[in-house]
Amino acid sequence: MTRLLRLLVLSLGAAVVLFPFLFMLSTSFKPQAEVFSAGLSLIPSHFAGWENYAKAFTRIPMARILLNGVVVCLAIVGFQLVFALPAAYALAKLRFPGRDLLFGLVLLGLLVPIHAISIPLYAAARALGLLNTLAVLIVPFTLSVFAIFLFRQFIKAIPDDLILAARSDGLSEAAIVWRIILPNAWSAASAFAIFSVVAHWNDLYWPLIAISKTQLATPPLGLLFFRAAEAGDDYGALMAATVIITAPLILFFLFAQRLFIEGMTMTGLKG
Amino acid sequence: MTGLPSVSGPALHLRDIGKAFGQTRVLEGIDLAVGQGEFIALVGPSGCGKSTLLRIAAGLEPPDRGEVLLHGRDVTAVRAADRDMAMVFQSYALYPHLTTRQNMGLPLVMRRLSALERLPLATLRPGVRAKLAAIRSEVESAAAMLKITPLLDRKPAQMSGGQRQRVALGRALVRHPQAFLMDEPLSNLDAALRVHMRSEIVDLHRRAGVITLYVTHDQEEALGMADRIAVMLGGRILQVASPDEIYRNPSHVEVASFIGSPRINLLPAVIDADGHASIGPHPLADRIAAPVGANLRLGIRPEHLHLAPDAGPWRLPATVDRIEFLGAEALVHCRAPGVPDPLIARMAPPAAERLRGLGTVFAQADDRALLVFDLQGQRVARHPLAAAALAHAG
Repeated sequence: MTRLLRLLVLSLGAAVVLFPFLFMLSTSFKPQAEVFSAGLSLIPSHFAGWENYAKAFTRIPMARILLNGVVVCLAIVGFQLVFALPAAYALAKLRFPGRDLLFGLVLLGLLVPIHAISIPLYAAARALGLLNTLAVLIVPFTLSVFAIFLFRQFIKAIPDDLILAARSDGLSEAAIVWRIILPNAWSAASAFAIFSVVAHWNDLYWPLIAISKTQLATPPLGLLFFRAAEAGDDYGALMAATVIITAPLILFFLFAQRLFIEGMTMTGLKG
Repeated sequence: MTGLPSVSGPALHLRDIGKAFGQTRVLEGIDLAVGQGEFIALVGPSGCGKSTLLRIAAGLEPPDRGEVLLHGRDVTAVRAADRDMAMVFQSYALYPHLTTRQNMGLPLVMRRLSALERLPLATLRPGVRAKLAAIRSEVESAAAMLKITPLLDRKPAQMSGGQRQRVALGRALVRHPQAFLMDEPLSNLDAALRVHMRSEIVDLHRRAGVITLYVTHDQEEALGMADRIAVMLGGRILQVASPDEIYRNPSHVEVASFIGSPRINLLPAVIDADGHASIGPHPLADRIAAPVGANLRLGIRPEHLHLAPDAGPWRLPATVDRIEFLGAEALVHCRAPGVPDPLIARMAPPAAERLRGLGTVFAQADDRALLVFDLQGQRVARHPLAAAALAHAG
């Protein structure tokens, strides 16, 4: 009985969340006339999928836009890990003067939203001549205080003995980070990667400020350009474009989630 | 095993080591010289600084003062990786994401391959391949020595505590280090396995022939395994001597009471007008180098405390509390007026049986084994028999 109830509640929740996606998918298959017809039907009476998807791929450089999204997201997540893991390791396990102050600054950094610093960032990017380059989409996000904070908490739970053993086995501090900490913080790293990739794939705010060329657009910005180019009334094609840019994220999530669950445990130490 | 330079003097010398964590002084004036191939147990209650001392020797913790000399060379500033000492931890500290083979091979890989050669694709080069093959075979022979060959491809999570402990030993052994530093390596194992692993570690030490510093809070382990024992208390080394010497001839009351199980009996005594150490009206020992009226503690090991059914000179009346039967021996617990702690006598079970039902027994110390301490805990000398006889004659 409780099982049935649970199933019911979960299905209802899932339906609420999934319905907009379903509606998006359905609209992407509908011809223009049918989109605005009264009444709600998910199955298009006349299949216009080919035209809609063809428009989405031809009116804007869709492949290029998707590639931009992939490059930007991978670069961001890569740099974030490269910078945040050593920083988090130092904050969690090394003793040095000013450590607590630095960690305080990291916590403070968590409180500052991108919107608050976007004007200085824009000014800096302009001064460096980075506007309308892919670099401007990556550089501001290479240092993630959230990642530092998340990894620091995770690394704190790794026993000190493991690090002492690594030192006496001849590992340098850098080798400890990449050979010992990273494999053991894999679940935290993949959780963070999901957050990061989702956030930056979907980000519209910063690309909108820093990029004005369609060639350099990230997927959400590309969508905006597409809408502007199509005068914003071809909803079938717009939804087709939306489906195209949402799909990689869904696939990525399904893949990373498996990694996430496989996350390693620290059972090498004590009982 | 390793080609060591023959240098006179200790192979490992911890000289005048001091260490404080904030306001807490953990180690003070530590001086410990270890001979080549010696097995030294650092023993003491928890918080006595023994683990910190081990970490200083390993280079994992810098001392505030003093130096660490390895074969006469000052290595105080040398980092752990370059000291060539292998550490074994109580928690085993195996890398959870690596198999036994990888765990044991990692120290060799880090030592023998350059950073460039450790890159993923570099392993295809023949030179690197040869090095990896050598490491592989060394790991396998060390594994064979420890009988962990079947565990080579398992990860730590798939092994029992005892198996992990062997792998941790293997990771130390495979390096052929100049010293083994072991921090309570057996205290997470169950009792039976612990006793078994003791002899394995001693055997390993004998075969490798290198210095072993072995930290333990278990005095029995220290007595059974070490060539010499360093007893530590409150950040100082109280005594360094062979197990036999530590047990028979402790320099300090804390050493006497820490080493030996059951604990040594300590009886508060006063030197009476006759120069005898007495408890109340009962004299227990003579020939003590202390003035009349001095307050002392007499230390009597349980096996040196004899219980007789009848009164006599040098005997202290006591009442039997209970008799604890331990198989080969029995412990008789009794109480004596003027002695705060219960007295424990170790004897053969039949002798203990004969005391059962007696209201009062009479306790006497084995005079040759009696240890005398002043109230500060220092040993007080006893005059030799001949001198005492002369004194009596005079």
